[in-house]
Amino acid sequence: MYTQGLDAKAEQGNQPSPRLVTEEEGRLQQGFQDRVDAEEKIEPRDWMPDGYRRTLVRQISQHAHSEIVGMLPEGNWITRAPTLRRKVALLAKVQDEGGHGLYLYSAAETLGVSRDELIGQLLSGKAKYSSIFNYPTPTWADIGAIGWLVDGAAIMNQVPLCRCSYGPYARAMVRICREESFHQRQGYELMLALAQGTPEQKRMAQDALNRWWWPSLMMFGPSDEQSAHSSQNMAWKIKRFSNDELRQRFVDATVPQAEFLGLSIPDPDLRFNADTGHYEFGAIDWTEFNEILKGNGPCNRERIEARRKAWDDGAWVREAAVAHAAKRKQRALKKAG
Amino acid sequence: MDRKDWPLFEIFIRPKNGLSHKHVGSLHAADARMALDNARDVYTRRGEGVSIWAVPAAAIAASDPSDKASLFEPADDKVYRHPTFYDIPADVKNI
Repeated sequence: MYTQGLDAKAEQGNQPSPRLVTEEEGRLQQGFQDRVDAEEKIEPRDWMPDGYRRTLVRQISQHAHSEIVGMLPEGNWITRAPTLRRKVALLAKVQDEGGHGLYLYSAAETLGVSRDELIGQLLSGKAKYSSIFNYPTPTWADIGAIGWLVDGAAIMNQVPLCRCSYGPYARAMVRICREESFHQRQGYELMLALAQGTPEQKRMAQDALNRWWWPSLMMFGPSDEQSAHSSQNMAWKIKRFSNDELRQRFVDATVPQAEFLGLSIPDPDLRFNADTGHYEFGAIDWTEFNEILKGNGPCNRERIEARRKAWDDGAWVREAAVAHAAKRKQRALKKAG
Repeated sequence: MDRKDWPLFEIFIRPKNGLSHKHVGSLHAADARMALDNARDVYTRRGEGVSIWAVPAAAIAASDPSDKASLFEPADDKVYRHPTFYDIPADVKNI
């Protein structure tokens, strides 16, 4: 589903190394930057600066974790979908998110980290994932709002990542973006059905929009002045557009969609500026975002506990798979022998 | 128990007969059979292919990118390997 600028404060990842750069390293770094500037893709075994590698491992793994954790709020509704049509769509969407997690973990692994290490970081609570998945999904309309808004924001953010300088990440993003558009459309269609339904259904849709609007805007990460990684990531062409630029695009695209639904955006300051051709919107409450990142969101604990439980409950399956593979190998050897 | 025993497989898909298998990504699996099953679930959810190869990543020998110059540059100055190197009068047809 999505990666976001989660790190408001600078981490060591992008800090210039305090030690002196040798002549050889300087030459390699210059060559690397020249390749990136020429829009050449960087592939796994190519030389790359340590900071580039660290940044990518962090971003791609956070993105992968977000896909996996993102299955939880929606999985909550699979058994309660109102029709079979909605149920198969939701099931397929959640399955896609699992697949997206796999593509991304695979891309991260090409940088020299192991899958077990990454999963360990998620389960221990050390790794971050998108703040949006720490909100609950109390009504069926939340499934529509997630598809429309959360996946819509994800697409806005992910399409430029298809041109990321790191080849395996860019290729994973191409696959993901291709699959993501169904997610957004099924969400909007669901919202449309509710918005055109009974007054109670319409109220439900409005309530979901009210709850998901601001968290969706926060998915683009801190504002440009607060975002520590932006300039280096832009130079490395990991990032193509700033958080604020992408957020603005999302607002511009989404407000007319809400109008079509006959729902109102929960922002009294929202207005169209005819001179700029853009919507102006109210200030974002970043304290909420920061609290969620610190682990104090409504569902942070529940999400990680659910992942841990899934991992522990699946242990016997992993063991059985290894035992079965060993048995099959033995049998094949005996047959050949 | 973790999955340290699960090797990495590179997955290749043939989109349709007449085309080559193309690398699409990788996954971990206990053995090749499981790799094929999982590749089918993950990489062919929307009719992407008619055939899957799962290759143990450890079995792939790869050239070193730092050898790029010595490996590939010698081909750059061998223009005589290309048909346009040879001058044929415009009057000569079908060549």
